[in-house]
Amino acid sequence: MFGRVLSGDYPRSPILTGALLLILFVLAFAPFLFTGAQPLNVAAKICVFILLVASYDLLLGYTGIVSFAHTMFFGIGGYGAAIALSRLGPSWAALALGIVAAIAVAGTLALLIGLFSLRVRAIFFAMITLAVATAFLVLASQLSGFTGGEDGLNYTVPELLRPSFRLFAEPIFGTIVNGRIVTYYIVFFIALAGFLLLLRVVNSPFGSVLQAIRENEFRAEALGYPVVVYRSFASVVSAVMAALAGILLALWLRYTGPDTTLSFAIMIDVLLMVVIGGMGTLYGAVIGATLMTIAESYLPAIMGSLGKVGAGIPFLSTLLSADRWLLWLGILFILSVYFFPTGIVGKLRAHWQNKRHGTAQRQDSSTPGDSGNTRPSN
Amino acid sequence: MTDGITEREETTVRAPAIDWIPILLVAAVALIALPLIGSFSTWVTLTMAALAMGMIIFIMASGLTLVFGLMDVINFGHGVFISVGAYMSLLVLRPLTGWVESPSIALNIAVLVLCILVAMAASGLFGLAFERVIIRPVYRQHLKQILVTMGGLIVIEQLLHVFFGGSPITIALPQTFRGGLALGPDIIVERYRLIAVVVGIIVFLAMMLVLNRTRIGLLVRAGVENPEMVEALGYRIRRLFVGVFAAGSALAGLGGVMWGFYQQTLTVGMGLQVLVLIFIVVIIGGLGSIGGCLIGSLLVALVANYTAFLEPKIALISNIALMLLVLMWRPQGLYPVVKV
Repeated sequence: MFGRVLSGDYPRSPILTGALLLILFVLAFAPFLFTGAQPLNVAAKICVFILLVASYDLLLGYTGIVSFAHTMFFGIGGYGAAIALSRLGPSWAALALGIVAAIAVAGTLALLIGLFSLRVRAIFFAMITLAVATAFLVLASQLSGFTGGEDGLNYTVPELLRPSFRLFAEPIFGTIVNGRIVTYYIVFFIALAGFLLLLRVVNSPFGSVLQAIRENEFRAEALGYPVVVYRSFASVVSAVMAALAGILLALWLRYTGPDTTLSFAIMIDVLLMVVIGGMGTLYGAVIGATLMTIAESYLPAIMGSLGKVGAGIPFLSTLLSADRWLLWLGILFILSVYFFPTGIVGKLRAHWQNKRHGTAQRQDSSTPGDSGNTRPSN
Repeated sequence: MTDGITEREETTVRAPAIDWIPILLVAAVALIALPLIGSFSTWVTLTMAALAMGMIIFIMASGLTLVFGLMDVINFGHGVFISVGAYMSLLVLRPLTGWVESPSIALNIAVLVLCILVAMAASGLFGLAFERVIIRPVYRQHLKQILVTMGGLIVIEQLLHVFFGGSPITIALPQTFRGGLALGPDIIVERYRLIAVVVGIIVFLAMMLVLNRTRIGLLVRAGVENPEMVEALGYRIRRLFVGVFAAGSALAGLGGVMWGFYQQTLTVGMGLQVLVLIFIVVIIGGLGSIGGCLIGSLLVALVANYTAFLEPKIALISNIALMLLVLMWRPQGLYPVVKV
C-alpha cells in the first residue's frame, strides 16, 4: 500500500521517516494545531514550496541541469490565476481558464527553451534560462496594464475560498472552518498529490533515464535514449509543476506580484532548499523547503536582535542586520555545495546505511532510484 | 583572426580563412536600420551610442569567454567583478573631486586612468582570490561550478551592500567629458561615448596583439583548442589559466568603470544585470571565441539601441530574440570554437 503511494521510494532512514511523518502530520492538521494567521501562512508557504522545490529537483538533482527560470514558471502560474481572476471576476470558470492557460504557456515555453538551448550544450541552458527569466521579470514589471507592474495584482477568489465563508455552522475541534481553511486544504492536497506524482515520475523508467543522462550523457545517448528529448521533457514536467505551485500561491495570497513569484531572491531560495535538503532525492525538497521556510519566517526577528548586539561596532552591525540574510544564505549555499553535496537526506541515509553495515550485510544498497548517497560527487 | 605563424610557413599550414558573414551581418543591421529610422543624424547618434555600449560590453565579456574557452570553466560570478570595478572607482573619485571638476583635460584623463588602474588591480586581485577559493575545488564539474560561482556572486554582491550601502550612487563624469561634440551639421555625439569607443578599440587591439603576436598569446590560443596537448608539451596550463582568469577579471573591472560612467549611477545589482547581457553576447558569438565576442557585443548593442528608438516595448526582449535567431542559424554561435 505505502509502496504504491510512495512509488517504492522509501525514506530509508528512521530519522528521516520520523521527520517526514512529523511534517506531514503538522501540515495536515495545521489549522487545528495553531491559532492565528502567521503559523497557517507559514504552513501554506511550506506546502507551496515543497511542490516548487521538488519540481526543481527533478531538473537539478535528477537530470543534472541548472535552470534559473524556475521562478519564471512559478510566476506564470501565479499570474495566470491572478490575471484570470482579476479580469473575468471571481468565478471557478475564470480560475479554471487561468490554470489551463498558465500550464499551457509554462509547458510550451519550457519546451521551446529546452529545444533551443539543450540541443548544443547543457551549459547553455543555465545561461539562456537566466537571460529569459530576467527578460520575463522586466516584462512583468513593465507591462503594467496587463500584470499590474511593480505593484502586482490584488483580486477576489471564488466565494468558497473567502475568509467570510463558513463551511460548517459549528466549529470543529474549536476551530471555525472558514474559507481560508478550505483554501489551505486545497493547497495542501494539491501539493501532496503533485509531490506524489513527481515521486512517481522520478521512480519510473523515464526517471531512470534522466538519472542515466545525469551520470553519463554520452553513454545514455549511445544506449539509444535521445538526450535532448528526455531533457526537454523533464524541463516541461518541471515547469508545469512549478506553474501549479504558482497557482496555489496565488490562491493562498490573493495577490500576485514580481516580489512574491518572480524575484531572483526566490530563485536563490529554491536553489538553497534543494541543496540543503539533498539534490537527487525528492524527500530533500520536503526537508529543505520546511527548514528554510521556517527559518526565513522567524530568522529576521532573530537577526534583528543579533544586529543590536553588534550595534557599537561598524560593519558588524550591518553584517548582522536582518537585510543581509542573503549574505549568510550565500555563504551557507557555497559551503553546502562543497562539504555537504548530498544534503541532509543524503547524510541521514548514509548514516543509517553505515549503522546497518555493522550488524547485517548490505541488503538494499543497490535499490533503483537510489541517488542521494551513492552518486559520485559530480 | 589572422595568424602570424602560419603566414611564414605557407606550404605546410594554411591560415584559416576569416568568416566574413557575421562581420557583414553587423554592417547589414546598421544599414537596414538607416531607412527605418529615417533621419541620418539620429542614425549616427544611435549607432555611435551602440558602438560605445558594444565596446564596453566587449571589454566585460572577453574575460568570461576566454576563461571558458581555456579551462571549460563557466563563471557566473563574472558579473560581480564588474560591480567591484565600478565601486572601486569611487575610491578614486571621492578624494579627487577637485580633479573631476577641474576644466583641465589632463587632470580629467588622469582621474579616469587612475580609476581604471585601481579598478583593474582590485578586481584582478579579487579574481585571483575567487579562483583560489571558489573555483579551484570544482574543476570539470559544470553543475557545481554554476552553483558555487552563483553563490560567490551573491556573497560579494551582499558585501558591496555592507560596505557601500544599498542605495544607488550617482557618479559625475569628469568635467571635459560631459556634453556632446558636434561632428557635422546636426550630428552631435556625446564625448564620453567617443572615449568609450577609443578605450574599447585600444583594449581590443592590445588583446589581439597579445593573443596573436606573443608567446603567451600563442599558448592561450593553443590551450583553447586543445588544453591536454599544451600540457603534454610541458607547459603548466594551470598557471596560464590563473593568469587569464585574473586578466579577465581585471578587464571586467575596467568594463565596470566604463559602464559605471556610461550609466552614471552605480547599483549593487548592476553586475548581475550586465551578466545577463554578457551571457547573451558570448552565446551569440560562440563560447570561447574573442572575435565572436566582439561581433556579438556590437550586434546586441546595435539591435538594442535601434529597437529602443523604433519600438521601446520590443526592446525589452530584443536581445533574447536576437539570440534565438542566431542560434537557429548557427547553433554553436557565430564563431564556433573547434574543440579537438
